Amino acid sequence: MSNPLVDMEKPDLIFCIGTNMTECHPVAATRLKKALSAGAKMIVADPRRIHLAELSHLYLPIRVGSDTALLLAMAHVIAREGLQNEEFIRERTVGGEDFIKHVEAFTPEWAAEITEVPAADIEKAALWYGQAEKGAIYYTLGITEHICGVENVQALCNLALMTGNLGREGTGINPMRGQNNIQGAGDAGAVPNNFPGFQPVFNPESNAKFRKLYGREIDDQKGITKVRALEMAAEGEMKAMFICGENTVVSDPERDHCEQALKNLDSLIVIDIFRTETAELADVFLPATSWGETDGSFTNTERRPQRIRAAVPPQGESKPDWWIFSQIGQRLGFEGFDFESAEQVFNEICSVSTIYAGLSWERIGKEALHWPVPSADHPGTPILHIGKFENGRGIFTNMKYRDPAETLSADYPVWLTTGRRLEAYHTRTMTGRAAGMDYLLPEELLEVHPQDITDWGLEDGAKAQISSPRGSVQIRVQANRRSPRGTVFCSFSFDEVPINRLTGSGYDPITETAELKVCPVRIEAL
Amino acid sequence: MSQAVQTELKMQVDGTEVAFVDGETIFEITQRLDKKVPTLCYDDRLESFGACRLCVVEVEGIRNPVASCTTKATPGMEVRTGTPSLEKHRKTLTEMVVSENQNAKGPEDPIKVDPLRGFASGELAELADRYEVSGDRFQGMTSGKSHEDDENPFILRDYDRCISCYRCVRVCAEQEGDYAISVMNRGFATQITTEFNNHLRDSACTFCGQCVQVCPTGALADRKAIKSIDLPEPIVKTRSICPYCGVGCSVDMMTKGEKVVGIQPAMDGPANAGALCIKGQFAFDFIQHPDRPRRPMVRKNGELVETSWDEALDRAAAGLRDARDKHGRHSIYGIASGRAPNESAYMAQKLIRAGFGSNQIDNCSRA
Repeated sequence: MSNPLVDMEKPDLIFCIGTNMTECHPVAATRLKKALSAGAKMIVADPRRIHLAELSHLYLPIRVGSDTALLLAMAHVIAREGLQNEEFIRERTVGGEDFIKHVEAFTPEWAAEITEVPAADIEKAALWYGQAEKGAIYYTLGITEHICGVENVQALCNLALMTGNLGREGTGINPMRGQNNIQGAGDAGAVPNNFPGFQPVFNPESNAKFRKLYGREIDDQKGITKVRALEMAAEGEMKAMFICGENTVVSDPERDHCEQALKNLDSLIVIDIFRTETAELADVFLPATSWGETDGSFTNTERRPQRIRAAVPPQGESKPDWWIFSQIGQRLGFEGFDFESAEQVFNEICSVSTIYAGLSWERIGKEALHWPVPSADHPGTPILHIGKFENGRGIFTNMKYRDPAETLSADYPVWLTTGRRLEAYHTRTMTGRAAGMDYLLPEELLEVHPQDITDWGLEDGAKAQISSPRGSVQIRVQANRRSPRGTVFCSFSFDEVPINRLTGSGYDPITETAELKVCPVRIEAL
Repeated sequence: MSQAVQTELKMQVDGTEVAFVDGETIFEITQRLDKKVPTLCYDDRLESFGACRLCVVEVEGIRNPVASCTTKATPGMEVRTGTPSLEKHRKTLTEMVVSENQNAKGPEDPIKVDPLRGFASGELAELADRYEVSGDRFQGMTSGKSHEDDENPFILRDYDRCISCYRCVRVCAEQEGDYAISVMNRGFATQITTEFNNHLRDSACTFCGQCVQVCPTGALADRKAIKSIDLPEPIVKTRSICPYCGVGCSVDMMTKGEKVVGIQPAMDGPANAGALCIKGQFAFDFIQHPDRPRRPMVRKNGELVETSWDEALDRAAAGLRDARDKHGRHSIYGIASGRAPNESAYMAQKLIRAGFGSNQIDNCSRA
């Protein structure tokens, strides 16, 4: 997030797109509700009439996968009405003039055809955001899990750049990170393109720095993504893999393909707190200590590394991840793996990462600062991009709308979109083992508009078969007006309903993130 | 337009001059000064409500004591916070409140409830101790009727202990924005309830547990935590960060001996300011679930079988070494966790980069 969570109480215009915040980030949503009570207006764009939509002043029920069209048309209206912030564009960005010309073609009427949102509502949304003193954008995987995920994010950036809604309190571009430490995993360098602290592997300076730190040559080309690695495993080119704390088999697209890929490895090492569906395929399973048993740190969605603490001894012989990796490193004869505590590891992260440079184990035990924290006396950076951008100027991107990888056809005439539910976390390895949760969420249901249930010959509460070109699953159907006509929804949390057998129609060409939010399907009564 | 320099605002509290900022209430000022003015309805995250009247103070020039939580300080105001007459008044009020709960059922004392019930559940008992109130001065009528038929596994609705402070109603509306809790009837017959006096599951309740944590009498209680009331060890609280979404709410893990018995929100948590959701509040018992594997395992004859750490780590290292030696270092890939701590992700990437010199590392953010 460019701005801290506390800023969520301060915008006068909130634009939420592709985020089911009341279910996925409920505590953050309480802050938006406070802003609403204080008089803020809210626009919500989402294919489903989620609770956030009920709270909004303007709801844009976009067709799944049409976000770019909506955002381009909003930029068109802002430019047409002269609502752009000329000074901000001039002083702080590049490509503004070209972009204003680029969006001339993308009228609300054009976008209405694609998004199925009335042109007048697109106009209104653009005017509200364009006229806002403090306009803040919030998004989640509803924006990124598309073949055009990067373009969607860039389209949001265009809106913020053209209106100057960045670098000030109560504004910003704010992705809500879905997992407790997904921000930290990226910060710590567990990505194929960056060393810890987002220092690019292909940057000669940072590569030289880590070569020296780690005492060996390191590729100066970015590595492949997990998606490609699984493909290579299926093709027999990837031979050994470790998977730490991820139930890949259930959470990833194309489940059958994923299982086959993992089985094809010579060696699969799984480190987890439970014997997950993925662990069942392992050659070596290493039991990790759980949350509550582990000292360490999580970095939250607002860039704050915070201390976690062990409160109870580990179950059985389970060990902290850092110890497990150290042991493997030592057994392979690698230098620099003789760690004896989480404290030592965290302090090493701070010593190699510029954004954590001013932090230490001792300091995060007392303060929760927002990175970047460049020095020990630095107070942290709650709001990014005040006065200037870290990397020079904000860049406008001239993208076009692209259809999803698969669109509706006679064989697959219904849109499926997937997501999460309040009472379940990911593949339920944790919430599925917490007593009482099934009182509220006993099973996964396919949410279908009541009229579609009638038209498609289904029955509320009865099982149906749902199929895509990649596979089929059976699921109980629920009449639900959150779903628009022609679009159905379910979560991927329940192993009993392995919906990711169906997904995986396409991937974003840059991030290789799967288009989990769009999948044409066929539904048949059983 | 020139801006006038604002002169510092001053008032007297118990004979001492005190500076304050425009808009501060008398109660907020007494809190800053650690005056120990009692309250059963105040919560600094919520609008002042003035329900319990325990925070009354004397203000020079005003005949009757005023509720300090709803009275804003004004320059020159002279306030007395703890005169014998105020303390007598507060004692009488406490006696009346305590008498309300005499018929509370269950194994626990009507007033001195177990702290596992909720974060604020001991507040009434503390006041009863402070004013040495036993509950036998006023007897007879009690108000509030428990909702025993609501069998939800998270929130006990023991309204016989309710004193109508409205904290639960207000936290649900103002803090959560859910408006699931409402009030029916008036005066002595006031009853905290939900829409149509139904079960919480049928209301707008999201089971975030905030009502439980603010209740000053334990009338609303954490059903999962109170299962451990009979464990003999003392409650120990350990500050940590919730393991679920990326918001990073601060929590206090409550343990008795080696058992995790519950979670309470950290009221001073920077990300959450005391708020939590159903997962952070109630989904903690996966930690000590019997499904947790106790030993490392390796595949032998097609089956995963338990083994020693030594053998498992050797097998893991050998798997990586063999792949490198036979197929090159790019035949090895690592997937780090977006749920494990930073130290895990860092070591995962270090093993790949420092060990194999590649960038074949990713995490679960792509799906």
